[in-house]
Amino acid sequence: MFSALRQHRSFAHGIHPPEAKDDTRDLPIRQFPFAPVMIVPLQQHIGKPALPVVREGQEVERGQCIAEPDGFLSVAMHAPASGLVQRIALAPGISGRMAPAIYLKPFPGSSQEVSDGTPCDVATASAEEILLAIQQAGIVGLGGAAFPTHVKLKVPADKTIDTLIINGVECEPYLTTDHRVMLEQQADIFTGIRYLLKVTGAARCIIGVEANKLDVADALRAGLPGDLPVTVEVVAVKYPQGAEKMLIRALLGREVPSGGLPSDVSVVTVNVATTAEIGRLLPHGRGIQERVITIGGPAISKKGNYRIPIGTPLRFALEYAGMAASTSRVFLGGPMMGQALPSLDIPITKGTSGFIAFTESQTRAPVEYPCIHCAYCVDACPLFLNPSQLGLLARAGQVERMADEFHLLDCFECGSCSYVCPAHIPLVQRFRAAKGLVRKRRAAP
Amino acid sequence: MTERGRTLEIHSSPHIRSGASVDVIMRNVVYALLPVAAFAIYSFGLAAALTLAVAVLSCVATEHWLCRLAATPTTVRDWSVTITGLLYGLTLPPALPLWMVACGGMIGVAMAKFLFGGLGYNAFNPALVGRAFLQAAFPVAMTSWMPALAPERFTEVPASTFTVPFAAPVYDGVAGATPLSLFKFDGQVTATGDLLLGLTSGSAGETCALLILAGGVYLALRKMLNWRIPAAILLTVALLAWILHQLAPAQYPPPGFMLFSGGLMLGAVFMATDMVASPVTNAGCVVYGVLIGGLITVIRLWGGMPEGVMYAILLANAVSPHIDALIQPRVFGVGKS
Repeated sequence: MFSALRQHRSFAHGIHPPEAKDDTRDLPIRQFPFAPVMIVPLQQHIGKPALPVVREGQEVERGQCIAEPDGFLSVAMHAPASGLVQRIALAPGISGRMAPAIYLKPFPGSSQEVSDGTPCDVATASAEEILLAIQQAGIVGLGGAAFPTHVKLKVPADKTIDTLIINGVECEPYLTTDHRVMLEQQADIFTGIRYLLKVTGAARCIIGVEANKLDVADALRAGLPGDLPVTVEVVAVKYPQGAEKMLIRALLGREVPSGGLPSDVSVVTVNVATTAEIGRLLPHGRGIQERVITIGGPAISKKGNYRIPIGTPLRFALEYAGMAASTSRVFLGGPMMGQALPSLDIPITKGTSGFIAFTESQTRAPVEYPCIHCAYCVDACPLFLNPSQLGLLARAGQVERMADEFHLLDCFECGSCSYVCPAHIPLVQRFRAAKGLVRKRRAAP
Repeated sequence: MTERGRTLEIHSSPHIRSGASVDVIMRNVVYALLPVAAFAIYSFGLAAALTLAVAVLSCVATEHWLCRLAATPTTVRDWSVTITGLLYGLTLPPALPLWMVACGGMIGVAMAKFLFGGLGYNAFNPALVGRAFLQAAFPVAMTSWMPALAPERFTEVPASTFTVPFAAPVYDGVAGATPLSLFKFDGQVTATGDLLLGLTSGSAGETCALLILAGGVYLALRKMLNWRIPAAILLTVALLAWILHQLAPAQYPPPGFMLFSGGLMLGAVFMATDMVASPVTNAGCVVYGVLIGGLITVIRLWGGMPEGVMYAILLANAVSPHIDALIQPRVFGVGKS
């Protein structure tokens, strides 16, 4: 009530979808059991797949590195459980495409202690050593992008970073993993910030949280170590507040240039769960073997925030969480940007922040009307694009004009335009297709 | 996609929607027009009721039949043609022969809407195109006015109403004059209070400025109308009228008279704001509104006709796509450090 009255900083435009977080925000993170067989894909990140360093039939310990990064744009993979490498073979991925993966059969009843590696001490390690440790720990953006974190943190030589922003906004409806991590893993977050400050050379750090997580802001402020140059800032509840560009605009008033990166405005942003993993793993030289995931939506009976081993088959996870038989739609991530899944036979990967399941009654496609130029999309687009015009051009197949004159490639597919469109035009879907087409044509010689 | 006996639907994100819908927006515009229509009937009696009924019916039937002719699903359920019909009826002189009412409705919907591709593709406001046709074809009938609040309005219908098609209508006992024609031809300025309350003669739905404004406020609050368009029109007209009135009070009417007389209020609130035929950006809407306001002032004060709202809006409709081409939003991260 009062948070609505208080003016929090934000960005212009945007939308207010129902938050739908009440079902899980107060549920502490619970550890998930091991599935009978785990499937660890070699590519869970943007970049090159990791190279397996185990053989079929080999026994591995939980936390042991089972695949090494293949070059700079790649990260390591670690065994999510102690067990036997059954085979290294193709497994279905999110898109339905097959990709190489390590099939691991956990030993029943083993102690499941995590094996430690070479610790990386924040006090003594150099920036380069920390970056290497982050890559070896297999850390990628846990907010959903799954971009290798060490690549993102590598500041170009001609740029300096003055501010590190920790993104605890979590603006997608239903998702509450970052909320719980910020309540339960504060020490890890602060340790992670120490590593990140050292790597980026930033003088200060801002943790940004949405005004629907005031409990988090209070708790973080209370637990803040005195020697850390960290402030906790509350931003308005608005979608897509968690998008990098929007958060930087809200906190610092800076606009990341079109086609540019946060480092162009002297900022690096890191997701809060990623930060917590850095703080949790690096001091012990461990790698990511599990992550926190919200399983929610109307079709789930045991909704909650679960710490789930990487490689757990989705079917096992959803059945454990009590998915209704009438489930008609499952998507990975939040309802705004998440991807609808064609099959449940896929493993959970590092970039998975949530699974939301809907039953039939919630999913009816409305009739599509012609664009009536109501400009709702123009008022919603956080990047001030003109989705109405882009939609008409997409219909006419003029993708080059969309890119050249109307900044199509700036669109990060937040879906605000589709959400508000009273004509129910699948705007963002058309933009996604057009972007693919433009990139393909430009890549061709 | 079938998945172990259950079907998983695959849709592109986002998986939730705001619930806004074209038919809901259109229906709310109809709601906002209902008080205006009710007042038209109160003020002009049976003649206005018949005019509105024939206007709505002719528009809806035309669209429905054309859809059937084109073998496409009927689009009358999106309510947009109901708005066209109501608005069209509200802009007509209440004593207009009903066959003319039907003609204009058919022409407006068929030519300005259906031939352009239906809802969303019409460059011009179909209601105004229908009216413009009548103005050109039947100039006498379109400028013969009934007095407002005549005592016999609920018991008698003017003789002109039931004129046989293509016969010249007889205006018996119909001798009203609109505030604008009184000013133009006799130099009389009607009191602003009468204009606000709708005690004057005129087109069926243009007389009560207060009810029109109330409908506009309702739609603006529900974000179904861009308030910048009527605001720009009204401010432009008021400003120009004020300047001219200061310069030559005898020659030019005061701003209050300009604002609340004739079709200005109905046009600014309900016609110029037609989403399809107006610009998309807020800045574009302001330019569009200023353009309409300027054109209205010029036509009214220096043109041969007392009223200029219809032509001003139709001209601005034609310019609207060009305003959209020139005025685009400033993209985030472009032209700013």
